[in-house]
Amino acid sequence: MSDAIKQATLEYVIRLGDDSVVLGHRISEWVSYGPFLEEDIAYGNVALDYIGRARMYYSYAAELADDGRTEDDFPYMRSDREYRNLLLMEMPRGDFAYSQVRQLLADAYAAVMLPELVKSKDETIAAVAAKAIKETKYHLRRSRDWVLRLGDGTEESHKRTQKAVDQLWGYTHELFDMDETEQLLADNGIGVDVSKLRDAWHAMVSEILTTATLTVPDDSWAVRGGRTGYHTENLGHMLTEMQIVHRSHPGCQW
Amino acid sequence: MTSQEENFMRKIEADEKIEPKDWMPEAYRKNLIRQMSQHAHSEVIGMQPEGNWITRAPSLRRKVVLLSKVQDEAGHGLYLYSATETLGITRAELIAALQSGEAKYASIFNYPTLTWGDVGAIGWLVDGAAIVNQVSLQRTSYGPYSRGMIRICKEESFHQRQGYEALLALANGSPEQKQIAQDSLNRFYWPALMMFGPHDSESAHSAKSMEWKIKRETNDDLRQKFIDQTVPQIEVLGLEHPDKAIKWNEERGHYDSGEIDWDEFYSVINGNGHCNRQRVEHHIAAHDEGTWVRDAITAYNEKKNAKKAQNVA
Amino acid sequence: MNTEKLELFEVFIRSKRGLDHKHIGSLHAEDHEQALEYARDCYTRRSEGVSIWVVKSNDICSSQEDDAECFYDPSDDKPYRHATYYVLPDPVNNM
Repeated sequence: MSDAIKQATLEYVIRLGDDSVVLGHRISEWVSYGPFLEEDIAYGNVALDYIGRARMYYSYAAELADDGRTEDDFPYMRSDREYRNLLLMEMPRGDFAYSQVRQLLADAYAAVMLPELVKSKDETIAAVAAKAIKETKYHLRRSRDWVLRLGDGTEESHKRTQKAVDQLWGYTHELFDMDETEQLLADNGIGVDVSKLRDAWHAMVSEILTTATLTVPDDSWAVRGGRTGYHTENLGHMLTEMQIVHRSHPGCQW
Repeated sequence: MTSQEENFMRKIEADEKIEPKDWMPEAYRKNLIRQMSQHAHSEVIGMQPEGNWITRAPSLRRKVVLLSKVQDEAGHGLYLYSATETLGITRAELIAALQSGEAKYASIFNYPTLTWGDVGAIGWLVDGAAIVNQVSLQRTSYGPYSRGMIRICKEESFHQRQGYEALLALANGSPEQKQIAQDSLNRFYWPALMMFGPHDSESAHSAKSMEWKIKRETNDDLRQKFIDQTVPQIEVLGLEHPDKAIKWNEERGHYDSGEIDWDEFYSVINGNGHCNRQRVEHHIAAHDEGTWVRDAITAYNEKKNAKKAQNVA
Repeated sequence: MNTEKLELFEVFIRSKRGLDHKHIGSLHAEDHEQALEYARDCYTRRSEGVSIWVVKSNDICSSQEDDAECFYDPSDDKPYRHATYYVLPDPVNNM
């Protein structure tokens, strides 16, 4: 592995780890707040899948970095300006409709992206993707069903769900942005060229939203910046909470 | 005694299980509903104090462990509600009783979790105490309750271990971490002893529950087991025992211990704990916020069924 | 409070191939599909199963304890249904 590719791979793995830990954290905020007990348990499983995924990416990052950093140094010892997750993942928990719509948008993204990532020439990345594909199949089934139920449920649930779609749509454009790092990896068969995936994602999401009697928003606004550390205000608060104990005791074992 | 009562008591005495469709004395049914639903509510309310730390867990490993542990509590709540429902009462009714304050949950959960150490202490001491009780309840006379307990005990063995392991890491860590561990032990030890309930002489439900084999061992016997098993565990942690009167009694083959502050016990039960109101309010708020979601899926399903019926016609 | 309209389902799990489905508990869900998904999440968190059945609790018809006499006792006096009823010479008794 050349140095340039190794550096790019490290950066890439951190990005994927950040996406996973941030979304996993947001889902975990639902524990004991679910609409009923069964859902509380089920959504917890999704959170566990995402945080588990983050651990796999970060331990690989630690291996690539080879500078003494461990799995936990990446999520716990970087500030929001250093985080590289997509903005969609950091948006607050919101109400149940908001969370399920975000989940659908993210799950559909995973559903089109992972089958490409699994072809990665990097064996570790491919192995994580292979595991994540199975999880995503189930996640997408859940979030799709929820959006169908909420969109085509009562007037109130429809209103809340449409509002969530409208408020989140603008954060989905950057899911398909490429930069030099990702281009280098895509050219070398390690990373995914996400710019080619938007049509498939759009078709999948549109079909679900339309069936749910929801309106697919137009692309009139777009917020970008997650991959360069230009975040919304939400992430700082999330990390403050997430990192408080770890950072209060530097160098300690848990 | 009617022949039904005789038949019922014959089964109890022969250690046969009572099953949902069997005839049972109304008082037995009521007693079971009270105890089982209290147990279910405890699992569900118990999600809160530990859930309080999921977003602050100090490592990703601890985060997934805690998350899956709290998820298990929800699962155990579900098993127990499910077993209680076989007695002819709905979960909605049980939840209503919890929210109105008519039904109780374990008073231990009215204590606040103030530090990461408390997560360890709850797993180790609170789950540890619960397991002592639940192992005994695997032999309870009501079939669905007994089967639920067997399943729960099997799953819960990791709960206590993960808690102890978390405290062990603190106890072996920096001086500040060790202090956190000691503080958590000090705050949770006595309330954990109270979880076994009042002394046998004071316990309102004990006698009948023992006769019907709903309970299989007395509060004081179970508490003694827990006291005995905890002493060496504290030693391994290298922490100070919170009970200064703890002393091995060769003759009894048990540890003698100091007296529990029963005033505190009753005070917390009666609403003066740090979190009594918070816990119930949290449950009500989540349940209320879930109303529109539950309404939505009902409406969706009705539409779907109507469409199906239309297609058939 | 009375918005709990979710239906009660009984859950049966086949723990591994070759074994029967076994009753394991119940849960609330809106329909069969959702019940199946929740059964997966609530009752197989430790890979307890390879197959799940869900049945609406209301659809289960159960025998009553009072029926036990007329249901099961008549079998008690029909020992000829059991292999041990037949006495065979030792050399062929493992039949």
